[in-house]
Amino acid sequence: MSETNNGAFGAEGTGDTSGYGGLVRSGLMPGSAQRPYGSYFDSVADDLERAYPDFADAIERVVVDRGELTLHIKRERLVEVAKILRDTLKFEMCMGVSGVNYPADTDRELHAVYPLLSITKNQRIRLEVSVADADPHIPSLVEVWAGNNWNERETFDMFGIIFDGHPGLTRILMPDDWEGHPQRKDYSLGGIPIEYKGATIPPPNERRTYK
Amino acid sequence: MSKSTDPRLDPYASSRETTEGTVFSVTGGDWDSLVTEIGQAKEERVVVNMGPQHPSTHGVLRLVLELEGETVTEVRSGIGYLHTGIEKNVEFRNWTQAVTFVTRMDYLAPIFNETVYCLGVEKLLGITNDVPERASVIRVMMMEFNRISSHMVALGTGALELGALTPMIFCFREREKVLDIFELISGLRMNMAYVRPGGVAVDLPAGAIQKVRETVKDLRQNFKDNEKLLVGNSIWMKRTEGIGYLDLAGATTLGITGPVMRSTGLPLDLRKMQPYSGYENYEFDVITADTCDVYGRFLIRINELEQSLRIIEQCADKLEQLAGAPVMVADKKIAWPAQLTLGADGMGNSLAYIREIMGTSMEALIHHFKLVTEGFRVPAGQVYSAIESPRGELGAHLVSDGGTRPFRVHFREPSFNNLQATSAMCEGSMVADIIGAVASIDPVMGGVDR
Repeated sequence: MSETNNGAFGAEGTGDTSGYGGLVRSGLMPGSAQRPYGSYFDSVADDLERAYPDFADAIERVVVDRGELTLHIKRERLVEVAKILRDTLKFEMCMGVSGVNYPADTDRELHAVYPLLSITKNQRIRLEVSVADADPHIPSLVEVWAGNNWNERETFDMFGIIFDGHPGLTRILMPDDWEGHPQRKDYSLGGIPIEYKGATIPPPNERRTYK
Repeated sequence: MSKSTDPRLDPYASSRETTEGTVFSVTGGDWDSLVTEIGQAKEERVVVNMGPQHPSTHGVLRLVLELEGETVTEVRSGIGYLHTGIEKNVEFRNWTQAVTFVTRMDYLAPIFNETVYCLGVEKLLGITNDVPERASVIRVMMMEFNRISSHMVALGTGALELGALTPMIFCFREREKVLDIFELISGLRMNMAYVRPGGVAVDLPAGAIQKVRETVKDLRQNFKDNEKLLVGNSIWMKRTEGIGYLDLAGATTLGITGPVMRSTGLPLDLRKMQPYSGYENYEFDVITADTCDVYGRFLIRINELEQSLRIIEQCADKLEQLAGAPVMVADKKIAWPAQLTLGADGMGNSLAYIREIMGTSMEALIHHFKLVTEGFRVPAGQVYSAIESPRGELGAHLVSDGGTRPFRVHFREPSFNNLQATSAMCEGSMVADIIGAVASIDPVMGGVDR
């Protein structure tokens, strides 16, 4: 997954006279990791493979980056894997779910990220599930960790990810009749220009920025 | 409606018919007429909206209560009244500017918001080990002072809501002393934006450590006042013992952390479990209780005050040894170029620094301009950093796409998760006990709604 940026300021067409107009930069996210992963990550992967025979099919890829382990999981397998992680691998607590919208990641635009904590083993791992914008369904984990109830409502509210099987998936922070999902990248920040001593300052999302 | 024209009826307790039944609007001072009217209704079940404007709901929390008599059969929490879109806003600011936003989330624990965010940015940059020791010690000291001021509000308002006025006076008196320290060190009493990626905004002013030591001495003496008032007080214990019960299994599945989790007997404290900012170098105890109730959480907060004071004393010793050491990373491509100084009107620009960049060094001016307007680039990737805030695990999930601005910032707010326990704690109890239970969770709506 990568997003390509052109120029220094993101100006399109003419107008970028900075000399950096031809600059092309792509932000490449860390790729899949190869064994050995290092730290306790190998033992987590080994334990999961032993406890869950369909490991190879369920896990899309494993990323180890900046001392953190991320397991990318197929959404159909999420609940099964979560139950095994909770019961067999002792990841007793799920610290919620955070949505991320990657518009450049075609057919996997919406990601849901679940940080897990094992109190018994004092370890942390992260699960990540990716779905297409056109089919934003992910099975709910409320039956596994009841505390995910509000977190999933928040992610639905902000990103429009529909958590199937959630006991009451309604908006939680925005008003019930709000249209759109504010934290998607195509949702404008909004704001109005401000006049100060004769000069007009555009709203933050329209100001010139460095890419 | 004909009723409203009847002069004998209280104008503050109007009622109207809806498809759901009769709806009464209660605005205070009208309980007699309300009781008379409700007494005429056949149905026992009453739905009451408590909040969002209610003095004992800790800010704009709305509780929808279903009552049968005085017993609560169902509690639903309504949140979102303080949603400010901080997570979205910081996507349009550079990595350093975002500190100014995140400090305003949980407004009783600003230093924690800043620190967890900065630890995340440092992890993304790969400079966690390059942060100077003096900066980490200052962060720890500020966090522990902040824990005290936050617990002071939790204890003071909690007691006030249960009808004990004096503890609130004492607690705010102590909190004021802590805010004076914040003002001395950062120039601001709240929302300081003091912790920055790579270190802290400014070194301690002259005489700060002396003042810290005096304050610790005062606080230790004054905390005894509150202990004497409430610990073991029979009225207080009747209102708190056995109230708001939540055991370990419930707390685990609900993702509860902080004093509520520790009141179940589990010593879950990230300062010990997964130390950050050098917490492994301090001596302190993790306080637990095994009563799973409001009184246990109250005792935990009371006893954590002394542990925070112990840590602050160790910080003061370390800071004396580290006098003159840097408080910002050495890498000039990340370190904020300007340091603030104390002027006649408070903390502000350093005139010596401005004289240098404007008068003597054009390169320094260019460097300053580039770093402040453009910011620094953070390599693409994602991290989750977590610290122990006064309310539990405060986590920051940061995603970078390699640019000068955050791609996504999400905060795992302990208040948000802990507030979900309200239903589990309150259903089946009396109406009056909801107040105690919510106060023991100590939710801060600025953090819940962000």
